Amino acid sequence: MVLPVKIGLEIHCQLTELNSKLFCSCYSNYRGKDINENICPVCIGLPGTLPILNKKALEHAIMISKALNCKVPEITMFSRKNYFYPDLPKNFQITQYDSNETDTSIGKNGIVFYGNNKKTRIRRIQLEEDPGRLIFEDGRQQALIDYNRSGVALVEIVTEPDFTDPKDVRLFLNKMTSILEHLGVCKTDLEGSLRCDANVSIGDGKKVEIKNVGSFGDVEKALTYEITRQQTMNLHEIEIKAETRHWDDKRKITKQSRSKEEEEDYRYFLEPDIPKIMVEEKYIASLQIPELPDDRKSRFINNFGLSEHVSQILIDNKELGDLFESAVNIYHSPVSISNWIVSDILAFADYDSSGKKSLENMKINANHIAEIAKLVDNNKINRTTAKNIIGKIIKTGELPSKLINEKEVTIITDEQILNETINKIFEEGKNAVVDTKKNSNAINFLLGKVMMATRGRADPKITMKLIKQKLEQI
Amino acid sequence: MSNLPKLDVQGVVEGIRNGCFTAEEYISSLLDRIEKIDKKINAFITLNKSAINQAKEIDKKIKRGDPVGSLAGIGIGIKDNISTINLKTTCASKMLSEYVPPYNATVVKKLLDKDAIIIGKVNLDEFAMGSTTEWSFFGLTRNPWNTGYVCGGSSGGSAASVAAQMCTVSLGSDTGGSIRCPSSFCSVVGLKPTYGLVSRYGLISYSNSLEQIGPIGKNVSDVREIFSTISGKDFNDNTTLDNNIYNHNAENNKSYNNKKIKIGLIKELIDGADIDVSKCIYSSLDVFKNLDFECEETSLKSTEYALASYYTIATAEASSNLARYDNIRYGFELDPEEYEWNVYFSKVRGNFGNEVKRRIIVGTYVLSSGYYGKYYLKAQKARSMIKTELKQLFKKYDLLISSTVPVLPFKIGEKIDDPLMMYLIDVNTVLANLSGIPAVSIPAGFKDGLPIGIQIMADELEEEKLFNSSELFEKSININSYPDL
Repeated sequence: MVLPVKIGLEIHCQLTELNSKLFCSCYSNYRGKDINENICPVCIGLPGTLPILNKKALEHAIMISKALNCKVPEITMFSRKNYFYPDLPKNFQITQYDSNETDTSIGKNGIVFYGNNKKTRIRRIQLEEDPGRLIFEDGRQQALIDYNRSGVALVEIVTEPDFTDPKDVRLFLNKMTSILEHLGVCKTDLEGSLRCDANVSIGDGKKVEIKNVGSFGDVEKALTYEITRQQTMNLHEIEIKAETRHWDDKRKITKQSRSKEEEEDYRYFLEPDIPKIMVEEKYIASLQIPELPDDRKSRFINNFGLSEHVSQILIDNKELGDLFESAVNIYHSPVSISNWIVSDILAFADYDSSGKKSLENMKINANHIAEIAKLVDNNKINRTTAKNIIGKIIKTGELPSKLINEKEVTIITDEQILNETINKIFEEGKNAVVDTKKNSNAINFLLGKVMMATRGRADPKITMKLIKQKLEQI
Repeated sequence: MSNLPKLDVQGVVEGIRNGCFTAEEYISSLLDRIEKIDKKINAFITLNKSAINQAKEIDKKIKRGDPVGSLAGIGIGIKDNISTINLKTTCASKMLSEYVPPYNATVVKKLLDKDAIIIGKVNLDEFAMGSTTEWSFFGLTRNPWNTGYVCGGSSGGSAASVAAQMCTVSLGSDTGGSIRCPSSFCSVVGLKPTYGLVSRYGLISYSNSLEQIGPIGKNVSDVREIFSTISGKDFNDNTTLDNNIYNHNAENNKSYNNKKIKIGLIKELIDGADIDVSKCIYSSLDVFKNLDFECEETSLKSTEYALASYYTIATAEASSNLARYDNIRYGFELDPEEYEWNVYFSKVRGNFGNEVKRRIIVGTYVLSSGYYGKYYLKAQKARSMIKTELKQLFKKYDLLISSTVPVLPFKIGEKIDDPLMMYLIDVNTVLANLSGIPAVSIPAGFKDGLPIGIQIMADELEEEKLFNSSELFEKSININSYPDL
């Protein structure tokens, strides 16, 4: 018997748009720095140092809470999660979750709508610090520790176990990514900026936690595997244990973590070095929440006349939405611009680490797109030519107008030039001309010949008109 | 020149400024004295090698007519759990025996800004956990009044070095009485300020929610001077209070000066004290009566929960604070080769002293799931009860008085094997830490050559009241003796 599935998620989002770490003035952007270059006495936990809360981090966490329709309690506090691990300099993590207290999170009881009328409840949202990173070098028994990331601000988003289908998880994560992008709090395409752990159980069975899923794209795969595993075990009446399993990216399976996972006791207590923080309603109201994906979608549909489907694709990926709006600002032809982006440009895009299409490696920008749309709309080039040009621009970043002049690809509308070609065709293909007298379809053959001779540049309507005129003259 | 070490802050600063002696002469006199007598006391862990050079710099400035700071030339002893840049800060522990901080604690920076000179780092119980300074990795500190007796703790080095005139003043830290207890045992003045008035940035945490750095001096005026230097909002410590909160309160207090001051004597604390100690308290009360203070006995019922609450909270916080000593980023020589990291952690952490281990274990236990509600949560409830009851008392009384410690200084080794007996001597002092209020210990007399101190507590931010009344008391009883060394 196949049992019903319950899935809950824990999403960790780095606040990459902050200047400094959560509790000190080291750079928030630790990427690309030399090992242990981005550290100070506070973030490596030297004796006597104290955490100084980054107010901007609090602001970003509140924005996320609001965007996910959470309640923000009047008082927020921090607590300590105690455990030993070499990448954790203080051997405790400052977080907001506290199993002994009820109201420590920055946001709680939210809800997110996604897909077609689907929804998932958000249990809580909390600010916490990222640990450092262990570096395992090949062929060595030791691990080295890089603390550059230590103390970077993370927001943990915990959902209720409302998912039943891994496909929905995928849709939800897409929506979540888009919301975080639109809020301007996280560059989700940076490696490791967005991480997701999942809890899965079937029937009334025990909860299995899946960790180490490298990309959002793999979450769906890991869940599908894990559900199959649990259903199969159930079928064979094998007990499912509460455990933590790691996603093996190479073999595409989940496997039991090497360390034995007894229920760890984190000995939570309120962080004495950070006094309770009053979050006034006035302050929350003063925060500017940027336009969120749902509102943007409505605007695209209502103001620009885009279809539901196209709007969805554009808002799911903020980069696309922004590209679309910039191009429309240059040349106001929203429907054609959106179509060029969604059906043509996207075909060239690669997937990034978070599993979404990225334009990062493409040299195409809003100017290019606006120009192409305009050229096609004004009948200067045809669609096939435009597609070819897009393929080139993506690699070179050249302007379409320049490419057109170089390659003589504009549409020929000059009747004199067209007539010269038509005359030539009539000379060469006398039989075909005679055929048209019997078979009216043969006229298309003549048109095809003209198109071939002009390498597709002849304006088909004008050419047809001229051919008909010529035939009548004969 | 042999009298130089006896001078107080004002005497030193004015003497140097007026050219009676140079800063170099003064600092040398302290170093000579340390050289001569510290082998008997063992107050210092590390001496500051650049102290003399700093003194010379000050002399040069004065010669040139350049301005110097208000503490120019004084020699200060810093408890060795307060971070000093380029100067070893060991916490009297093997775990930090090689540790040299790359930054200065805020209080140290403030003192250096006023041209005070660090003489050296002084002894304490390991990580400030203890009441006698017998738990130091670098050996115990002896009481200057009788070297067979304990000097109190945990800021034993701070109190003994001032009492033995090896420094002008010193800094200690007070988590449950660690400034006041040794001040009482060594017959010097020590202040535990209101929680949040002095920055803890750079103080190596034992119990964050309880402790404050404070001054120890030969008299109230020195303590007041150092307190005003080190206090104030610090952006490196989120728990420090805004300056205007204290200033406003101090200003208000001045206008109350003409009012008769009311003193409450806490019955429960007198009942538990040794007979010699309680005798001394009653005679101190007479001194206050003669000063026209209004005195009466009062009661603080929640006293009975104070010690249990204190030791639960302090050990819980300590168990977490001390988790970072894993020898990865700093520590002592112990090759990690061939160890799995969990095994290495255990090996390293076996090097804490016994009292520290005891407190880490207790603290870990009281926080563990299933016991949190039974111990830690209850301790917090008791803490707010004590706070509320004290607040009520301060509606009626300006000051609350008791002995600082319920017993006389005792012999070295006498209580070391009995932790519970040892913890009992903190009963009077922990009240101020649990409630965040200021408290001072001032010398009140002697019994058989052993000092007795009284503790005066005031409501939070009422340091000004403490100083004013302590100063009057100090003048009236006029204890001007020095230990014979």
